[in-house]
Amino acid sequence: MSIDMEQFHGVFFDESQEHLDSMEQQLMDLELDNPDAEQLNSIFRAAHSIKGGSGIFGFDALTGLTHIMENLLDRARQGNIQLNEAMVNVLLETVDLLKKTLDTYKNKEEIDQNSIDEGIKTLELVLADESQSDTAAEALDKGSDDIEGFGFFESDTLADTVDSSPTDTPDTDTEEVEGFGFFEQPKPVTDEDGFGFFEAMPIKPEGTNKAYGFHHKNIGKSNAQGKASVASTSATPDKNTPSRKASEQPKKATESASIRVDTGKIDSLVNLVGELVITQSMLAVIGSEVTGETEEKLHSALAELQRNTQEIQESVMSMRMLPMSVTFNRFPRVVRDLSSKLGKKVDLQIEGGTTEIDKGMIEKLVDPLTHLVRNSIDHGIETVDGRLAAGKSETGTVILRAEQRGGSIEISITDDGAGLNRERILSKATENGLDFDPNMPETKVWDLIFEAGFSTAVEVTDVSGRGVGMDVVRRNIETIGGRIEIESTLGKGSVFRIHLPLTLAIVDGMCVSVGDQIFIVPLVNIVESIQPSKDQIKVISNDNLLWIREQYWPLIKLHKTMEIDNAINEPDKAIVVLIESSKKRFALLVDALVGQQQVVIKSLEKHYKRVTGVAGATIMGDGGVAMILDVESLAGLVKPPSTEGKKHD
Amino acid sequence: MTNTQMSQDNQSYTDADSREFLSFVLGEEHYALDIMSVKEIRGYESVTKIANAPAFIKGVINLRGDIVPIVDLRLKFEIGEATYNEFTIVIMLNVMQRIVGIVVDGVSDVIRLADEEIRPPPEFGVAFDSQYLLGLVPIEDHMVILVNIESLISSEELGLVDTQITAPQE
Repeated sequence: MSIDMEQFHGVFFDESQEHLDSMEQQLMDLELDNPDAEQLNSIFRAAHSIKGGSGIFGFDALTGLTHIMENLLDRARQGNIQLNEAMVNVLLETVDLLKKTLDTYKNKEEIDQNSIDEGIKTLELVLADESQSDTAAEALDKGSDDIEGFGFFESDTLADTVDSSPTDTPDTDTEEVEGFGFFEQPKPVTDEDGFGFFEAMPIKPEGTNKAYGFHHKNIGKSNAQGKASVASTSATPDKNTPSRKASEQPKKATESASIRVDTGKIDSLVNLVGELVITQSMLAVIGSEVTGETEEKLHSALAELQRNTQEIQESVMSMRMLPMSVTFNRFPRVVRDLSSKLGKKVDLQIEGGTTEIDKGMIEKLVDPLTHLVRNSIDHGIETVDGRLAAGKSETGTVILRAEQRGGSIEISITDDGAGLNRERILSKATENGLDFDPNMPETKVWDLIFEAGFSTAVEVTDVSGRGVGMDVVRRNIETIGGRIEIESTLGKGSVFRIHLPLTLAIVDGMCVSVGDQIFIVPLVNIVESIQPSKDQIKVISNDNLLWIREQYWPLIKLHKTMEIDNAINEPDKAIVVLIESSKKRFALLVDALVGQQQVVIKSLEKHYKRVTGVAGATIMGDGGVAMILDVESLAGLVKPPSTEGKKHD
Repeated sequence: MTNTQMSQDNQSYTDADSREFLSFVLGEEHYALDIMSVKEIRGYESVTKIANAPAFIKGVINLRGDIVPIVDLRLKFEIGEATYNEFTIVIMLNVMQRIVGIVVDGVSDVIRLADEEIRPPPEFGVAFDSQYLLGLVPIEDHMVILVNIESLISSEELGLVDTQITAPQE
């Protein structure tokens, strides 16, 4: 292979990956009794594009597989064969195989020719089966408007150059079937702009119907809504609009709505803008010292600079944002496979797929979310019998939802299954030798399942139940600055809620001073700041407690934790910041509040290592370094009161 | 401590088997490290303390946007007196994709050494454990101790690199 070609490989891999994802998506969405022609076309086109690309680059395994797949899909879209469940399964397996093969090519590894041959054979078998029944279908064609209608419809909406109708439907039949074949829609679908990330198919004959086109583009966003639109549109045949091809033209105009940029470039841009913000705040500090004639001019220029840098920062940060659907889209498949494997009926609903979140977090969310969804289906949703016995509907529901709440994102996985079983968790905890208080509140009990080595599944399946998951889930979420909480009612279901910061790169913080150092407390964790009076301070076994708002708050002295001398030690002379973390609430003693500020998070680990109580560092306006506090690990420093039985090392 | 000259005159600069070292002073002792790992040399500036760190880790500074730890080797190896004034020098090292600053009493010279000039390190007698040493070189009337800076910086003893994976520290 020539070196010249190699530079295009990356693009081919990326695009093929997208094609495969969209194929999977659409196969999942396909309604077998009444397949949407446009969808079939789109699946076919995806296979065709991969075949074409792999042919050019000499990825023969891919070409071979997609070729036979294309044959099958071609027949399906022309109405020669009716796809059934088994065939969709084979196709999905082929998609998996293609993904694997694609990765193999990407990593320049040896191709497993056996599995390829096997995949081809399976497909050929399906194809051969269908050819036999083909003649029967053809016979049926003559009399059935339905089938002819589909045949005509599909051949007419072909994306490719297959203009001549390859079906055996004679043109003269048109009049009979126009209700099926023609959905008037000369308008181009321009709504996909917002979804530019997925645009990879250069020719999209969205010539059918707006609702249809929308559905496809929307797949990235929400399947549940999409399905509804298919149902409604297929029932609205419209008047005859013969020239469908004309509508293909304007479609191309929206082609270049997005460009592919190496993430490394965006990351370095984000870093540079971070530097810019720091430099700008340094300038602001210097500028405030200037007096005399130039003072006013300088100040207005600095104000302008501040506004501009802020805008640059915001728009650069938005480049890193991706819709949650990028992650959510994989779940219909996960749910489908898993529920059929477990013999359960599960309906997955996805909400808020358009919620945008930092790319870095999306990648790290995939594993925890997959685990939680699998968990909900395996442990949460009961078997069909179990559900009926409990007086519930046969089909369980799992809702995957993302929404933005102020400065944070909340992702929840809701199921209407059995809910967490307090007794079983506690007995399991005893079995595992965990230390706990049997009377502790439910939320504490639920937290036990995040302990390492914990599993309540009666049987260990290959799906879940090995207890290696939930502690990893929590750890993964904590590494991206999030927290997870559980809400569960026995017999009704559970909700797993993940709270995440909007972005990993900047944080809204309160600057506090302790001794001669500045620390940043993330604003989201601050409840309030007060100057306590003497009678609010209680001492229990050398630990200070604060009595505020009818509650005792354990007091952490920041100067002690951070080993800083010459700080104020008496709480009534200093300031306490009331802090809420996912685990605990506590009060933090600091010398004074300095001000609120957006700070760029810099990694301490890059050149040093993790420091307890510190989430990272930032650079202040004077060029000095300030530590950003990690309230979660500070909360870990709070001595658990004797009523709490959590393991403490 | 001033060292006037330590360059090896008899070394040709095109010698492929020779390497350049930056020599520095800790207390009374002369050390040298591979110059390729030196990023820059700068004066000591005020640092931001890190909690729960040993005394020889002075803290972190902002090096053009990077948060970089500063280690005082004098404190670590109990050589000389750890004083900080306008003459205190920090050598910024670039080791294993990390930047680390080390505080020394002074930087003396760049010396070029051929491999055969380097004697094996003694088992004892210097502040550094011999595993962090490359060897010894006699230069004029004193010994220069060549430090394997990479193994020193990455050593568990210095604790600059996370050794455990994710074990909670509390």
